Amino acid sequence: MIRVELVKLFGRRRTWVAIGLLNLLPTLVCVLLAWTRIAPRPGQGPAFLSAVLANGSLFAIAALAIVLPLFLPIAVAVVAGDAVAGEAQGGTLRYLLVRPVGRTRLLVAKLLSVVAFVLLGVVTVTAVGFVVGHFLLGDAPLSQAMVSISGSLLTPEQVAWRTVAAILLVTFSMLGVAAMALFLSTTTDSPLSATLGALAFLIGSSLLLTVDAARPLQPYLPTRYWLSFVDLYRDPILWSSVTRGIALQAVYVGVLLLAAWANFTTRDVTS
Amino acid sequence: MIRTEGLTKRFGSVLAVDDVALDVAPGDIYGFLGANGSGKTTTVRCLLGLVLPTDGRIELMGRPMPKSGREVLPKVGSLVEGPAAYGHLSGHANLTLIDASGGRPGGPLGGGRRDRADRARRALEVVGLGDVGRRPVRAYSLGMRQRLGLAAALLRQPELLVLDEPTNGLDPQGIREVRTLLQELHAAGTTVFLSSHLLAEVDQLCTRIGLLDRGRLVLQESLATLRAPTGRTVVVTPDAARAAQVLGPAVDHLNGQRLLVRAADPAVVNARLVAEGVPVAELGPERRSLEEVIEERTSARRPGEVAR
Repeated sequence: MIRVELVKLFGRRRTWVAIGLLNLLPTLVCVLLAWTRIAPRPGQGPAFLSAVLANGSLFAIAALAIVLPLFLPIAVAVVAGDAVAGEAQGGTLRYLLVRPVGRTRLLVAKLLSVVAFVLLGVVTVTAVGFVVGHFLLGDAPLSQAMVSISGSLLTPEQVAWRTVAAILLVTFSMLGVAAMALFLSTTTDSPLSATLGALAFLIGSSLLLTVDAARPLQPYLPTRYWLSFVDLYRDPILWSSVTRGIALQAVYVGVLLLAAWANFTTRDVTS
Repeated sequence: MIRTEGLTKRFGSVLAVDDVALDVAPGDIYGFLGANGSGKTTTVRCLLGLVLPTDGRIELMGRPMPKSGREVLPKVGSLVEGPAAYGHLSGHANLTLIDASGGRPGGPLGGGRRDRADRARRALEVVGLGDVGRRPVRAYSLGMRQRLGLAAALLRQPELLVLDEPTNGLDPQGIREVRTLLQELHAAGTTVFLSSHLLAEVDQLCTRIGLLDRGRLVLQESLATLRAPTGRTVVVTPDAARAAQVLGPAVDHLNGQRLLVRAADPAVVNARLVAEGVPVAELGPERRSLEEVIEERTSARRPGEVAR
């Protein structure tokens, strides 16, 4: 079943357009940087962007930081929101269920295909970021292959495994949005409502993060630790936000997926 | 094949299906009749485990539904409320995807990944879509989509076909083709459960009917019984007045040139009329048409009442 879902997801032009657009924004930023050589001052703008002029390879990480707040979650919400509601709207959901495909099985297959999409998106953004950064901005001399945020040097091996860790962390961060969109997707026959609902959840969370009065809530907001992957490039790694972020996402993902499962397995399919 | 007891489904305050006891035997072509909004589709959805009943029991092939869906549904082909397919894929690709979804049943229904393309091609040929090729379903006409839906239902050579309005959107020739197809499948041993609001379709095809009226099953009978002679004889004569005189109190009803006579044997009536020199234009046992039966059993919709 998972194979069928992957064929369905990656056989659609829309999926590839989304991934293309996801890569377009960081590429555009990179071109502008290479052209103007105006980088934001350290501490301003997206993370890492101030450092990329010195070392183009760093742009792989900067690209992640660029798409993370909005572009990536939108793409995830579109794909996950469409997962069940899209089939319901097209009428194909009932034919899948009488095939029969178990409802739990279908939900798991949908979830895994969404995870595959997120992972592919994150990996391509990193890879494309690395390539355009490398060619447009140029590498730093080998002696300072990579400077951590803390100022010390990181060996290429260290950078490599930290980047893999960052990819996994960002992917996992996106699963909260994916689980929310998937849950909403089981409650409605309109993929648009599911996607917009998940985005509202996200924007609400981001907004509350900027309101001082909401401080007691902030440690529990789903987007609170999204940028904690930057901490992976400190020396030594600052684990506190990373682990807290993982734990928080795990709770959101667990609760929302359980809700999605409970709703989907007991509901009448009248689409 | 299909048996329900006290099947009831309530959507909020609306009672869509009310205490329905269906009984479909193996080998039937069962016509499931009812006006729009009488609860046919909800019943079909309950049978297939899409809608969970509020109350009552459902058995498909002797197994409880929706609990045994995994064992039973692979042997059931269905068309529920119109066909559906992925518009950007061809008919063939749609069928292979459907085939690949879900488990691989064993036995005669089985067959693995390798003959998948072959099965899809055969199903398409059966419904007359063999030549459509790689065109995406998006470009199909309504009739072609309907045929594709039928092909999907036939994909695994089911023992039971549950079809909801299968001739919707087909032209007269298409309807005839579907009828022939269903008769062939029935002859080959498939039980057919056909939900429809087209009396003519059911009249020509079915062996048994069930009639749903506002969620209640008001009639379940074999078609032969329904259409059996009523014990009255119809006489058409240019001289109705004299015929009525001759037959006396046996005449139930006189309308223009047409008389309804309480007498089971038309030959006796004929002999009496001819002996008295009454010209007879037509004469025969009274049989009720399906339409009359339905009309009699269905309470008329009140003016202004909305079909749900």
